[in-house]
Amino acid sequence: MSTPAILPSGTSPGSDSTAKITKKILVLGATSGIAEATCRIWAAQGAQMFLIARNPEKLAAVAADLKTRGAAYVGTAVADLDDTDKHAELLSHAINSLTGMDVAYLAYGILGDEPRAEQDFEHAAQILHSNFVAPVSLLTWLANFCVQRHAGLLAVISSVAGDRGRKSNYLYGSSKAGLTAYLAGLRNRIDREGVTVLTIKPGPVKTAMTASMKGSEKFADVNKVAATIVKAIDAKKDNLYVPFQWQPIMFIIRNIPDRIFKKLNL
Amino acid sequence: MSLSTAEPEALNTPPEAAREPDRAPPAFQSWGRYPKYGAKVVPLNWQGDFPAVLAGSQDSALPVGLGRSYGDVCLLKDGTLLQTTGMNRLIDFDPQTGILTAESGISLAQILDFAVPRGFFLPVTPGTKYVTLGGAIANDIHGKNHEVAGSFGNHVPCFELVRSDGSRRLCSRTENPDWYAATIGGMGLTGLITWAQLRLRPIVSRGIDYEGIQFHGIDEFLDLKQKYQHVEYTVSWVDCVSTGKNFARGIFMAGDHSKVPGELKPSPEPKLVFPFDAPAFTLNRLSVSAFNTVFFHKQGNAHVKAVHDYEPFFYPLDAVLRWNRLYGKRGLVQFQYAIPWEHAKEGTIAILREIAKSGLASFLAVLKAFGDIPSLGMMSFPQAGIMFALDFPIKPGITFPLLQRLGDMTLDYGGRLYPAKDAAMTAAQFQTFYPEWQRFARFRDPMLTSSFWERVTDSTGAKPTL
Repeated sequence: MSTPAILPSGTSPGSDSTAKITKKILVLGATSGIAEATCRIWAAQGAQMFLIARNPEKLAAVAADLKTRGAAYVGTAVADLDDTDKHAELLSHAINSLTGMDVAYLAYGILGDEPRAEQDFEHAAQILHSNFVAPVSLLTWLANFCVQRHAGLLAVISSVAGDRGRKSNYLYGSSKAGLTAYLAGLRNRIDREGVTVLTIKPGPVKTAMTASMKGSEKFADVNKVAATIVKAIDAKKDNLYVPFQWQPIMFIIRNIPDRIFKKLNL
Repeated sequence: MSLSTAEPEALNTPPEAAREPDRAPPAFQSWGRYPKYGAKVVPLNWQGDFPAVLAGSQDSALPVGLGRSYGDVCLLKDGTLLQTTGMNRLIDFDPQTGILTAESGISLAQILDFAVPRGFFLPVTPGTKYVTLGGAIANDIHGKNHEVAGSFGNHVPCFELVRSDGSRRLCSRTENPDWYAATIGGMGLTGLITWAQLRLRPIVSRGIDYEGIQFHGIDEFLDLKQKYQHVEYTVSWVDCVSTGKNFARGIFMAGDHSKVPGELKPSPEPKLVFPFDAPAFTLNRLSVSAFNTVFFHKQGNAHVKAVHDYEPFFYPLDAVLRWNRLYGKRGLVQFQYAIPWEHAKEGTIAILREIAKSGLASFLAVLKAFGDIPSLGMMSFPQAGIMFALDFPIKPGITFPLLQRLGDMTLDYGGRLYPAKDAAMTAAQFQTFYPEWQRFARFRDPMLTSSFWERVTDSTGAKPTL
């Protein structure tokens, strides 16, 4: 794990002369395909954003794109979000740069290599850490920040894969199942404090992360998925299946009895 | 970087063999859907992905965009196609100069979505907006305003070229000018264009002040071209089936960006998708002839004026996604020439006669004049004179011999064919059309090639698969 570096950049949010009040959004894992597509929509709306990602070249490319598209402010920090020790410092720096935060968008996670994770516990633990432990660390800090202010929205990308473990991706799936359960509990705790928790469960989406998967050309269009996520955040929804047809599909998959399910190839 | 493995099986079946039951199509097809070659498709999502994705690979590779060129210029049989469409970020835009800097995989449609609401438009646009910036440079594409604007490369002040050895070059007229000239129209063979600048032009409305005028024959077409030389965009549809008094009748279409300010909203997403591969008999002399008669008379009067939105004016066929399926699963080939003024008229009449005689023409035929603004690319297609383009359905044993004759006629009249639209020109024809080809070959990246390039530089003089 590399040492995280905090590299603030961008112009001061106060320098924008327009009086328009725009959303202040913190994006964790900003170079992921879904996050980038979502940020493009916010940029066109003139949002203020702070982006955190690990790879400096990719982060710079995304930031330049969002600035060009009309974001009122784009700040960035390069960091490895697996490093939970640095989370508090990183998040407070980001929110100071944004001078506040309306939405935290957590798009951080890895697909992992399922066959490898079945044999190699270290890899399995890596998947659980990146998709569950590290997000819990981030959300602990962010939830408490929001609760103090009785405001804010935490939008977190989980996955339909977390709805039921399947042999094809149960390490990834169980990490997301843990995240989904954590978010349900967090919502139950802090919704009454005025903080919205949105659990986003995308089905397979066409992005760099899924490019090597079989049938990826039939996956959902990332821009349509992003537009749906932006709407769900605006509507302060609790849960979102995207594309929507995954809701009935997962309902069926959750309800197949194990004596049948265990024989299926899913 | 993971590899998306495509259908590995090569499908280079000649049209005669295409009656076999449908096999799984290759993952990447050119717009003509001919030839069909298996290849591995590797996405390039970030500027740093190339040449790293080629590490350890012995295969040749070719950068490709949206696959809207018609033949094999965007194909590489059994090789690796590096698809740039994920590399579609904006880098900078200066509203004072109109200069947009963007990654090369951005499509012209995506550029328009950004530019039009800000009061800017493409300096040159082809008949589809579903091409990438990199592809537009690599084929030095042209539009309806060639006479006043030249070709696409004339509006690209600079770009970055990355070679498979990892070297990077900033290319402009003054910096690395030879690499600049080789890469504009360089068919993706000189390296990967990671980003480029494009000089956009201001507009105040989506509207186009349009005039459509019927003409009968090439003389009337040339008179109209003269009369409308003050208009920015001109193009003609021509009937390639009729003979006798209706020979070379057509509609001359002229347009300027409207000067009356209007709402600059982005275009809606197209909704229609051509749903299936049309059967082989769909396009025949009768159906095309009927279409042509209806199309010729559809405007009611010999001369109409109207204000049209830019979408139907520039991109009438983009309204139906995958319209190439109209030509059935065998696909289509396009024939597109530019003949210099010296022989432009006689050449065009002779070639149109030959096409009408064949009875093979489709209704998608375009006639236009190229102006004399020189293209900046060493291998650019446009040259002053008459440009003509026509789609043919692939009919076994008929289409390719006709294309051979038409190619030779083009050569006799001093013209040239357009690699981006070609699936049939011979090595001998290509090497006469593009006398700079050997100088250009020195700029080719040793790791990059295309099925087109292999075909037209084949030293054995072997003919293409017919």
